[in-house]
Amino acid sequence: MGDGDGQDTLRAEQSADEIADSVVDAAREVFGDDLWERRLAELLAFLRRRITGAYEVDDFGFDVEFTERFLLNALRPLAEKWFRIDVRGAENIPSVGGALVVSNHSGTVPVDGLMTALVVHDHADRFLRMLGADLVFRLPFIGELARKGGATLASTEDAERLLSADELVGVWPEGYKGIGKPFSERYRLQRFGRGGFVSAALRTGVPIVPCSVVGAEEIFPLVGNITSLARLLRVPYIPVTPFFPWLGVLGMVPLPSKWLIEFGKPLRTDSYPAGSADDAMLVRNVTDQVRETIQQTLHSLLLYREGVFS
Amino acid sequence: MGRVVLVTGVGRDFGGRFASRIAKDPVVDRVIGVDVVPSRADLGDVHFVRADIRHPVIGKVIADDKVDTVVHLGVIATTSSAGRRASMREVSVVGSMQLLAACQQAASVERLIVKSSARVYGSSPSDPAKFSEDMSPRRIPSSGLGKASVEVEGYVRGFARRRPDVRVTLLRFANLIGPQVDTMMARYLELPIVPTVLGFDPRLQFCHDEDALDALHHSSLADVPGSFNVAGDHVLTLAQAVRRLGRPHIGVPPLALGTLGSLIPQLRQADLSAEQILFLTYGRGLDTTAMRQNLGFEPKFTTPEAFGDFAARSRPGAMHPERVAELERQLATLIAKGRIYGRR
Repeated sequence: MGDGDGQDTLRAEQSADEIADSVVDAAREVFGDDLWERRLAELLAFLRRRITGAYEVDDFGFDVEFTERFLLNALRPLAEKWFRIDVRGAENIPSVGGALVVSNHSGTVPVDGLMTALVVHDHADRFLRMLGADLVFRLPFIGELARKGGATLASTEDAERLLSADELVGVWPEGYKGIGKPFSERYRLQRFGRGGFVSAALRTGVPIVPCSVVGAEEIFPLVGNITSLARLLRVPYIPVTPFFPWLGVLGMVPLPSKWLIEFGKPLRTDSYPAGSADDAMLVRNVTDQVRETIQQTLHSLLLYREGVFS
Repeated sequence: MGRVVLVTGVGRDFGGRFASRIAKDPVVDRVIGVDVVPSRADLGDVHFVRADIRHPVIGKVIADDKVDTVVHLGVIATTSSAGRRASMREVSVVGSMQLLAACQQAASVERLIVKSSARVYGSSPSDPAKFSEDMSPRRIPSSGLGKASVEVEGYVRGFARRRPDVRVTLLRFANLIGPQVDTMMARYLELPIVPTVLGFDPRLQFCHDEDALDALHHSSLADVPGSFNVAGDHVLTLAQAVRRLGRPHIGVPPLALGTLGSLIPQLRQADLSAEQILFLTYGRGLDTTAMRQNLGFEPKFTTPEAFGDFAARSRPGAMHPERVAELERQLATLIAKGRIYGRR
């Protein structure tokens, strides 16, 4: 009996050694010869934290660890290899304090928002807290990822709460009108809602950073809309592109257009007198000013870009 | 002369604890505890009156003892032992109506404290990240205990209009949690495998039951009228909470979750009603600025701390944190071994 036990132990130890060897080999392969040990320990600790829930989320459900280690890493190849994003004016993003990034919206699927968030993180070292439509939070998986990625509902309450907490907030005031506009209307800015974002900025006194994205218009050229199905599914539109739904999943691959993202000079809002947020005339003027800036930047970026794919 | 306090719902653990606790306060002369069932715990100095608040006798109790403070804890029965769902609502709403009617008749009543719930805000994808007291629900709860809470709050507001001399304090608690808490939510979280809504990870906020008792005690003596959210700071997501308990969780489509809830006996204890499924889908956050600034109450526990206190007494699950940490240590040893072999 004792002998058998001894042999079993020996065998178990041998197989444990084999496993250890293969783990180490794999880690060397992935992390390189020098760093593998520390990286592997980090990975283990990360996995343990995720499995035991020992991570933190903020009041909006933003999970920094998940966003940095998973979401942004997943998006980075898309931004760098596929869309080859050129970033200009990243120094215009304030390094501290609340600020509102206002951007044009396009591309049928809100990829432009995700790319802007990645660019802001990589170039300005800040997290962009995106404001999304309630549809985003109604959808399974997408809603969960959105909250973990730092997004929250586009509402005055949430916008002001984030801005007062010195966060960098991203809004796309064109909403569905921008993202779901036909390809023929590309780079033509739609109406900027009711200017709720300007009121939020005025009330919290944060600067507005205009952001112009060129390239997202071409990823899924929208040529039609299955209105009846959209109404049935309670979504704003069901896109028809030259490739979708004809090619099925393959049609969901975005076209590799060349992207340019430019952040403009911040527009200060703290010089206006108190109560300006309720001044409809002023809110409209500021809204138009931001819209004009973005439209003009779009035009000059389009001139600068040599071709859609180069 | 000290205060005379009437507490409803003392038959349940929470109500009983509150009654015996406020009875110890020096400014309180006399505490009358009311419920249809006697408390299992020893209530100490509390004078227990076995009565149904739906019955007019309650008015006589208030008048005879010259009650000046009514603390209504019997609003919502969240423990499953309180009987079937439909009867729970009936007790909640009709009972509250009768109690308020009795209070309206009684000239001695000076203040009313009602234990309500954050359920009144409902849960929907169009909700703001945090509800403050002046916000109305995006989707009014149309069923279950949420609807009952909304109705009771409606009657309370009506009472406040009719008796402007009475200071009415309405406390909207987040889900209570703690080592002694046995709510349906606690039972749900303690299932061996926790079924969640597929594709959603709602934000939850908790209030430690000690903090809830403190808040009620504070409000009973502080004379601050108004509605207040009461919850610990910060949020936990459902997945995070379940993982901290070391329990595995699986995503189930919402429709199947409802069916499952009525089919499996263990899940029937865990409340998977339509209202609760909405809550488990979209979650809810509470703004507690007014609780601090106006009510002047500061909870001792944050949401994660309150939950940690609950997790500490809870039976460790299959993947409890210590076991996972042990696994990590073993793997690290294995790797260290591999390093030695690798160098050889």
